[in-house]
Amino acid sequence: MSEFLYMGGYAFHVWTSYALAFVVLFINIVGPIVRHRKMLQSASDFQQLNEVMSDDA
Amino acid sequence: MTTFHSLYLLISREFLIAFRQRHEALNPILFFVLVCLLFPLGIGPSPQLLNAIAPGIIWAAALLAILMSLGNVFRTEYEDGTLELMVLANQPLIVLTLIKLLAHWLLNVFPLILLAPLIASALGMSFDVQLTLIVSLLLGTPVLLLVGATVATLTLVIPQNGMLLALLVLPLYVPVLIFGTSAVNATAIGMSAAGPFYVLAALCVLSLTLSPFAIVAAIKTGVSQ
Amino acid sequence: MMKWIHTMASSAWFYRFSGKMIPWLMAIFTVLFVYGLYGGLVTAPADYQQGDAFRIIYIHVPAAWMSLFIYIVMAVYAFIALVWRIKLAEVLLISSAPIGAAFTFLALVTGSLWGKPMWGTWWSWDARLTSELLLLFLYWGVIGLYAAIEDKRTASRAVSILTLIGVVNIPIIHYSVEWWNTLHQGSSVTLTDKPSMPIEMLMPLLVMATAFKVFYAISLLLRTRSELVEREPNSKWLKQVIEENEHE
Repeated sequence: MSEFLYMGGYAFHVWTSYALAFVVLFINIVGPIVRHRKMLQSASDFQQLNEVMSDDA
Repeated sequence: MTTFHSLYLLISREFLIAFRQRHEALNPILFFVLVCLLFPLGIGPSPQLLNAIAPGIIWAAALLAILMSLGNVFRTEYEDGTLELMVLANQPLIVLTLIKLLAHWLLNVFPLILLAPLIASALGMSFDVQLTLIVSLLLGTPVLLLVGATVATLTLVIPQNGMLLALLVLPLYVPVLIFGTSAVNATAIGMSAAGPFYVLAALCVLSLTLSPFAIVAAIKTGVSQ
Repeated sequence: MMKWIHTMASSAWFYRFSGKMIPWLMAIFTVLFVYGLYGGLVTAPADYQQGDAFRIIYIHVPAAWMSLFIYIVMAVYAFIALVWRIKLAEVLLISSAPIGAAFTFLALVTGSLWGKPMWGTWWSWDARLTSELLLLFLYWGVIGLYAAIEDKRTASRAVSILTLIGVVNIPIIHYSVEWWNTLHQGSSVTLTDKPSMPIEMLMPLLVMATAFKVFYAISLLLRTRSELVEREPNSKWLKQVIEENEHE
């Protein structure tokens, strides 16, 4: 197991690369999901506001 | 009114405007010379070193000078409404665009190419290498101008577009720069510059045929805003 | 046929379709990714010359392939957006740019991490590295130009044109290792010839490449959905979606 982590002396290079890949993939899934929720929320607010405004008119 | 007559009118309009702002017409030339001057002053006068980097210096300075002049390509026309008139005019917009860019090249870029041998000699370049330099500039600067003008027209609608324009255009300029300097460097070490010349010529023809359409599309988009 | 295309190009259809596709794509991606990781880190034998450092290839090469692939796909979207003025193509175009930039960044950084032990340097100005760096600037340029123009349709047109201009860089990157004598290794995997790699080394590479493509699809669909919502807050289909969400 420790040999696996050690990667023949190149542990830093190999594991940083894979960690970076994880980070990039994670950000590109979680980021859009969060933004999607925010957009849905603001669209919902926008529509409610529109309804209120047109009701008053 | 024949086409040639209207083309003549257009070009003379550009030259007249430039003539009325003579001090501004000198700007690209001054910029070019100053940038080239920085390198011997900054790096030191060693002839071998300067001779080795001379193609790069001159090409980079020309590229930067063209980049600086891009801000003006359609800026004044856009701001005072002439651009809309050009879109609505009888002449096809492509022709107007090409004439404008031709005038721009003649006024802003051609003087640099005329000056380049002078600066090249000051940097210790031999005559046959200078010849390659001039040809590479003649082939490459139209590409820089056309591609740069396309991006400049795309960013017309943005008020302070100077930095953005430079950042957008630089990745597109680097291949031209590389091929231009490698042509000159090839001659400097005695090899044939044909390969880079062919690529530069191909890029030149490609940009001449395609970018006018892109510029026209960008103008119409910008004007309709 | 045109009716089918126009159906596909409608935001409402796309939103619902992507909503159903995403869970399936996630499942496929997970399977491929885990298989690729296991193959790359465990099963593949260590390289004769490079030792275990070569395992970076299973991130670096698929990321680099994706950086080129996504830009070409963006160019296709740009062409469709300019010629047929299909709004969905514009949205797909701008949603792809950050993903492409992310993969280009990943390719450059993992390349650096791999280059240090192999070549002794974090960076070199050889043709392939430099043109890949230019690709990163092209992606950033697309993102920046879109953000700088206020009207979204004008922004989309501008970005479409910019993407098509930049597509010239792609052959330069791809053929840079052939045209110039570079530090970077030449192609070991081509479409036509036999690969110069043994199958236990090659398989995780192809699996990871496919996994990354599926990932691109997932991220693209997610981003496109948010952009569609942002662009059309007042549309009927969105009202229906929000009502359905509230009923859940």
